[in-house]
Amino acid sequence: MRVALMVTCVNDAMFPGTGAAVVRLLRRLGVDVDFPRGQTCCGQPMVNTGYLDEAVPAVRSFVDAFAGYDAVVTPSGSCAGSARHQHALVAKRAADNGKDPGLVDAVAAGPPTYELSEFLVDVLGVTDVGAYFPHTVTYHPTCHSLRMLGVGERPRRLLESVRGLRLVELPGADQCCGFGGTFALKNADTSVAMGADKVRHVRETGAEVLVAGDNSCLMHIGGMLSRQRSGVRVMHLAEILASTEATTAVENETGREAGSAGGAR
Amino acid sequence: MSGTFVGMPKFPGAAREALADTQLRYNLAHATGTIRGKRAAVVGEVENWEEVRLAGAAVKERALLELDQRLMQLEGALTARGATVHWARDAAEANAIVTGIAQAHAVDEVVKVKSMVTQEIGLNEALEAEGIAAWETDLAELIVQLGGDLPSHILVPAIHRNRAEVREIFLREMAKVGRPAPAGLTDEPAVLAGAAREHLREKFLRAKVAVSGANFAIADSGTLVVVESEGNGRMCLTLPEVLVSVVGIEKVVSTWDEVDPLLRLLPRSSTGERMNPYTSTWTGVTPGDGPQEVHVVLLDNGRTRALADEVGRQALRCIRCSACLNVCPVYERTGGHAYGSVYPGPIGAILNPLLKGTGVDEQVDSLPYASSLCGACFEACPVRIDIPEVLVHLRSKVVDGHRDDRIPKPEAVAFKAAGWAFGSAERLAAGERVSGLAGKVLGRRGGRKAQVLGRLPGPGGAWTDARDLPVPPTESFREWWERTDGGREEDDDDRT
Amino acid sequence: MTAREEILAHVRAALADVDAIPGPVVSPAGAGADDPRDVVLERFAERVADYRAEVVRCASDEVAAAVAAAVPGGARVVVPDGLAAELVAGLAPEQLVADDGLTAHQLDAIDAVVTACRVGIAETGTIVLDHQADQGRRALTLVPDRHVCVVRADQVVADVPDAVALLDPARPLTWISGPSATSDIELSRVEGVHGPRTLVMVLVESEGGR
Repeated sequence: MRVALMVTCVNDAMFPGTGAAVVRLLRRLGVDVDFPRGQTCCGQPMVNTGYLDEAVPAVRSFVDAFAGYDAVVTPSGSCAGSARHQHALVAKRAADNGKDPGLVDAVAAGPPTYELSEFLVDVLGVTDVGAYFPHTVTYHPTCHSLRMLGVGERPRRLLESVRGLRLVELPGADQCCGFGGTFALKNADTSVAMGADKVRHVRETGAEVLVAGDNSCLMHIGGMLSRQRSGVRVMHLAEILASTEATTAVENETGREAGSAGGAR
Repeated sequence: MSGTFVGMPKFPGAAREALADTQLRYNLAHATGTIRGKRAAVVGEVENWEEVRLAGAAVKERALLELDQRLMQLEGALTARGATVHWARDAAEANAIVTGIAQAHAVDEVVKVKSMVTQEIGLNEALEAEGIAAWETDLAELIVQLGGDLPSHILVPAIHRNRAEVREIFLREMAKVGRPAPAGLTDEPAVLAGAAREHLREKFLRAKVAVSGANFAIADSGTLVVVESEGNGRMCLTLPEVLVSVVGIEKVVSTWDEVDPLLRLLPRSSTGERMNPYTSTWTGVTPGDGPQEVHVVLLDNGRTRALADEVGRQALRCIRCSACLNVCPVYERTGGHAYGSVYPGPIGAILNPLLKGTGVDEQVDSLPYASSLCGACFEACPVRIDIPEVLVHLRSKVVDGHRDDRIPKPEAVAFKAAGWAFGSAERLAAGERVSGLAGKVLGRRGGRKAQVLGRLPGPGGAWTDARDLPVPPTESFREWWERTDGGREEDDDDRT
Repeated sequence: MTAREEILAHVRAALADVDAIPGPVVSPAGAGADDPRDVVLERFAERVADYRAEVVRCASDEVAAAVAAAVPGGARVVVPDGLAAELVAGLAPEQLVADDGLTAHQLDAIDAVVTACRVGIAETGTIVLDHQADQGRRALTLVPDRHVCVVRADQVVADVPDAVALLDPARPLTWISGPSATSDIELSRVEGVHGPRTLVMVLVESEGGR
């Protein structure tokens, strides 16, 4: 099976450690994942702000980059949702406007896109990925993985199988954190009000680490946790699943944190 | 009398004010939290909820797709049963029809059943302008009307008020328009409801003309349906001599049998009850029982505009249950007034632009952006309106409306540039090298500053006023992949 | 163009893209369709009570007594013309008021009403009146503050679709689930607003059928 990593534009530029964690994790599980260099962005930032025409180049580069692979895996529920639910829409509009008429067929012919936890549980059939992470963790199910993809209990099952990890319930877990892409800027006050409640719930759990499957949501929640000097780290699910006794030893030796993008996102 | 929403600021500004009102936020969180729990319990009871939901959506969709036929059928059935059918293109026509009927009976007051559509058209104000008092009889509407307030929720228009505020309003205002509140009025909800009963009863008993809306209008039988709780609806629909019902054309259900899934969906979704206390149905005039003069006003007021939008027309399936408001994290924090319309919350964020059109009013154009697209509304909607899909669609209409602007907005310029950069990995990589450079420079600073950016000036401030931003890493993922041959040559130090 | 013509023209123009109209929607199964009768009746009684109605279950020869017990002593009770006389046989004749076109104000001075019903719905705890002669016109069961409603066990169906199938939309219908209530203040439910504040449901089961 030829598997391609869609790292996502946010991870590429801001959180390369998450991409590296996915690569390490999949290699450990025997998947020789490839990184098609032609990829850029799924186009969601444009689509969700209403700039559908502006999303056409991104969707085109997406389908070109991933053509010929058997599966695409991505450490983002939101970007997986975009590929699965928005690309056809963008392509149809492009065709209706006489731009890139081949895009509709190219989108339809593309390989399936899986969010990381879906790929692990559904395609590889594993829940114990051999990870070790001796910390107290709470999990925030991001809205698009929860509702657009329906990943359900998959991330939780993966986390429960991590040795040393203590998973604590996050109150109001299914409530949106308030990120919402450009919503975080266009309606910053409301976004921050939502984030404040999420942060309060996270701090109530007493967890050391907040984990989620989308770094963009974590950037928002983590940015508030950091501003409050809360001491709670945020980490992508991939980074925890990639952790082993060896990486933890390195972490202890060097005093560095396991998550590359650091505790303070 | 209640106020109007004219001249509301755009959503972000209105939201900012609402967010600063801590009492409001407490009232909303308490009320929506309560109703969410009740709804979840009674929806969980129905084993085939998803199947009923699909049926409900299909019933409404089917009626909409042959709306011209169904409207004519409804008109025929109503006329055959002694009702008079009127058609109104817009609010002004509908208001003139209702006012004309009231004037024909020489009344100076009408009693009203809670009705979204009569709020939409500003009927109370139109009647008032002709010297006719319109008494709202639903408890929450009464609270809003007596308080000179605006509705903030579809089902519970006074959701932003707590019991202490309601008591104050009753004590202060009831005496001005009828029977005063009893002197010993407490803030117990049961006592407050009792005061409303006493205050309104004299109005019910003497009213000659009543005005209602309808939850459903059944085409094959000519039956109108009103779903309510308090019995104020029954009073209005039963005791007066004349009944005028203003009905949006999207309320049509094709057949009597098809009302079934809707009656199973609506109460569970709205008040979180298996069934609401009272549902009344009537078909034209029933000799010897209830109003002997029955009028039905079929209203467009933007509905055919919404119907013409292939993506947006699903919003006309809405049965006004307000489940989407109760689960919406934005609504829960800002309340309904910030939406500047009688239709607030997620459904309002799509219904207002669909009814009024985009590109006309900046306030309306701001509504599709009043959502984080979390999808909780779609999940709760009993008729499966994909609100996030319609929100994104309407955002594209708002953007498209500005494509010919002589001076494009900075945002449009930015997205055009982003679109260009995302068209090629080389262009994107070049951008990332700049950000990596910034990361290197910023990372040289000591301590906490090496990791995060604090408050930034300019547009970045929208993010950093309350949130730190990570300093960009010195190396993008793309560069890491090249340097380590896809991670195959990374040493321990690279395990970052 | 009249408003009617213009609206219909706009509707047709709006639907120009529509080619296929779906057929009538078949109602999904209701709850409890396969449950035994005693389970359905039990559920009905429970759910009517759940919304704060008073529930009395009795055999057919106990109805008069049950109805009489549901009305305070000396209360004036309006009775629909077609109500079976034996249902109110336990009340003193001077308590009974016939509906000879009582005005709303006259009804407001009456304490209670006793009626039959058309159908009961177990799943939702709902009583449906279709205002035939044994139930009277709609105002009778609205203005007096106490409604005593007699439901025969054979009138109880499992769920809403069963009721919809039995009911005739040409008649005015009133679906009643508990006494009048509101959740308009802080979304906490309180009973007793404009409709009857007390609802007593007398469920009559056949002799020995309890």
